[in-house]
Amino acid sequence: MGAVKCITSPEGLNRLRERIRAEREPSKPTISVCVSTGCVALGARRVMETLRAELQKQGLKDTVEIRETGCLGFCEQGPRVTIYPEEVCYFKVKPENAPEIVSKNILEKQAVERLLYTDPTTSRKTQKLEDMPFYKYQLRLLLENNARIDPKNIEDYIALGGYSAVAKALFQMTPEQVIEEIKKANLRGRGGAGFPTGLKWETTRNVLDEPKYVIVNCDEGDPGAFQDRSLMEGNPHSVLEGLIIGAYAIGAHEGYVYVREEYPIAVENISVAIEQAEEYGLLGENIMGSGFNFRVRVHRGAGAFVSGESSALMAAIEGNVGEPRPKYVHTAVKGIRDKPSCLNNVKTWANIPLIILRGAEWFRSLGTKGSSGTMIFSLVGKVNNTGLVEVPMGITLRDLIYKIGGGIRGGKRFKAVQTGGPSGGFIPKEHLDLPVDFDELTKIGSMMGSGGMVVMDEDTCMTDMARYFIDFLLEESCGKCVPCREGLRALSKILNDICEGKGKDEDLQTIEDITETMKEASLCELGRTAANPVLTSLEYFRDEWDQHIREKRCASKVCKALTSYYIDPVKCQACLICLRECSVGAIQGEKDQVHWVEQEKCIKCGTCYEVCSFDAIRRLSGEQIPPPPPKGMKPIRKKKGRGLE
Amino acid sequence: MRKTVTLQINDKEVKAEEGMTILEAAKKVGVEIPTLCYHEELAPYGACRICSVEIERRGRSRMVAACCYPVEEELKVITRSPKIDKIRKTIIELAAVVAGEDVVGEMRALASEYNADLSRFSSRVSIEPTNCILCGLCVRRCVEANWDGAIGFLGRGVNRSVVLFPEKAGNCLICSYCRNVCPTGRITSTGPNPPFPHVDDILAGRK
Repeated sequence: MGAVKCITSPEGLNRLRERIRAEREPSKPTISVCVSTGCVALGARRVMETLRAELQKQGLKDTVEIRETGCLGFCEQGPRVTIYPEEVCYFKVKPENAPEIVSKNILEKQAVERLLYTDPTTSRKTQKLEDMPFYKYQLRLLLENNARIDPKNIEDYIALGGYSAVAKALFQMTPEQVIEEIKKANLRGRGGAGFPTGLKWETTRNVLDEPKYVIVNCDEGDPGAFQDRSLMEGNPHSVLEGLIIGAYAIGAHEGYVYVREEYPIAVENISVAIEQAEEYGLLGENIMGSGFNFRVRVHRGAGAFVSGESSALMAAIEGNVGEPRPKYVHTAVKGIRDKPSCLNNVKTWANIPLIILRGAEWFRSLGTKGSSGTMIFSLVGKVNNTGLVEVPMGITLRDLIYKIGGGIRGGKRFKAVQTGGPSGGFIPKEHLDLPVDFDELTKIGSMMGSGGMVVMDEDTCMTDMARYFIDFLLEESCGKCVPCREGLRALSKILNDICEGKGKDEDLQTIEDITETMKEASLCELGRTAANPVLTSLEYFRDEWDQHIREKRCASKVCKALTSYYIDPVKCQACLICLRECSVGAIQGEKDQVHWVEQEKCIKCGTCYEVCSFDAIRRLSGEQIPPPPPKGMKPIRKKKGRGLE
Repeated sequence: MRKTVTLQINDKEVKAEEGMTILEAAKKVGVEIPTLCYHEELAPYGACRICSVEIERRGRSRMVAACCYPVEEELKVITRSPKIDKIRKTIIELAAVVAGEDVVGEMRALASEYNADLSRFSSRVSIEPTNCILCGLCVRRCVEANWDGAIGFLGRGVNRSVVLFPEKAGNCLICSYCRNVCPTGRITSTGPNPPFPHVDDILAGRK
């Protein structure tokens, strides 16, 4: 078999593609089920099994294809099932829906209306992705094929034109021409810093040292981010194809894919992809008969956030502790074992085949002047539609949050959005019309990062948010340099004090001194950017800090130490529910006697606030708690109300 | 013969060999830059950041660690300014959180020179002082002296500490190299026992 599959020329690749396409009936009904992490967690495997069993039962096993595919980004609506060729999309599919989908959509060719996605704003049912607001405004270059491809089947990728960019680069372009094309496209690194990819490649190519290495960075560790994961799980060959082209351009014969061990499906799929590419002669010795040799190894990361930093990642590949080193000599010049090493993010590599095939001009026509192409954001937090969205650079934050994200959950007001992961800044509503690209985000104190986007609503305490991210980074600092390690430790202590009502007036000056030192003097970007959440929170939400420090008040009632729970005796119906639910017995009273909170016992867990049907529990901050009601006070009965006899 | 590079240090023209660091070039012309984690016989590490200086390159200025940054043609370096002093002062004050206020040696000298208040942060962040700023000099010195480090780092972030690896304790000679490079005076005891503190505790499995 191996010999038959092995591609030895560009014509061989074309012949194989023709053969695969000829074998496949375009009109053959296909059920594609997302088996990426999100959908699997929501039960996609069971859905898959029942669909298979149903096809078997209805005798359609041979006439209908079932395909396990990657992620389309709308993970909160999973499991997702798409029926081809009609491209009908079902979300939140349950195993018991399988018979209906098979008999109606497959046999009668009619969409199961009841199971279609309902647009929450218009209440309309939609069949196609393009009609859903979440997808309508996206431009999906990288994620598009995730739903069409079985990531474990290289032929799916080849059928859609896969590896033709490698063929074009190897046989029609010199390495210099490839680099020139990438430079002209103005592709910038998608991992955070936005460094021009072509320039980086050129630097590594021009170093007079051997061997050279190319590396895929899939150490995605930002809380809530999963865009690299989705690409690696759903379309690993696109990353691999970009890597082969990069290796050819740079003159590298060895490559590494660094992927975190916490991403088991990504590890598996990229490993299978490498194996299959070798089997098909697209990787290894004499690729497609071009004389170019290139091998790739998978390195599984142990999960440290800081290992995403390029020098730390390379130290980890060398077998050392993943700690950054000063990069005044770039890793592109001295990287793994002091040899020139070109590292790029997963998304950067996945863009390469597109640029080679469609050209630099096309790529530059997308996005903004300074940032070409698209970016995948992981839009999470308090928006109605959360998930992965791929949009052209330059889209406004407002469009991202309101058009694609469907606005703020529960009709609440927008307060801030954090871009760029835990060390990104908080952006307030004044900047909602900001076009999102590398330079604009940096200008206002945040960054693009790897594409994280956390939306916060009016109930968010921005002081507490800054505290949260400082505590996250404190956990993740490697501890090598003083400004980052000790700066974060001191910041964490001061911020926790402020949130507990123990802040002092001079704290703001102290914070400024620490953050300046961290920004200017830290060893790596983790420390240099770690202060961003604090600095932007102070810049845009200064009044909240003053409330915490001077008035010992948390207006959002998030900071526990500054918030008290109080039962309004006028509203309390003495229903005993909060009293029973309170885990520490802090609520006093009995049936037909107004309840009250014993403040000394209360741990401020908020359970009573959640369970009260009469809106009688009030959260107070910065004000005097009224005394308990007179003993034995009877509730003032409402005329109407839930829960009353 | 290595190429000669011309750069400016504090507005004076300085000639240096290619491959030298700013720190080495400055030392050559008698400009002092403070260091804590640097040792001329060891590879630069860049962890204490006390040697931070301002550089200007292609019209853009920023701060770098002088112990690691290689000299370049037309580089402009400022080794002392109000901004640099303030950052060095804060670094010393931050380092004192883990080191404590009783440090001796180089760290004590720098604290007086930069007017650092060693209790500024340590009074707020109360942790048991270890007399160690985790500069790693002892660890690196030990590796190079013994070819097989008997001491090393343990833990990440604020949990980082220098420990003697019990299984390698036999390698701990009475070389005292680690004691000689320690900038805070943590490593004090001298042979005939191995000089690393708490070695008995570590061997007994107490810590």
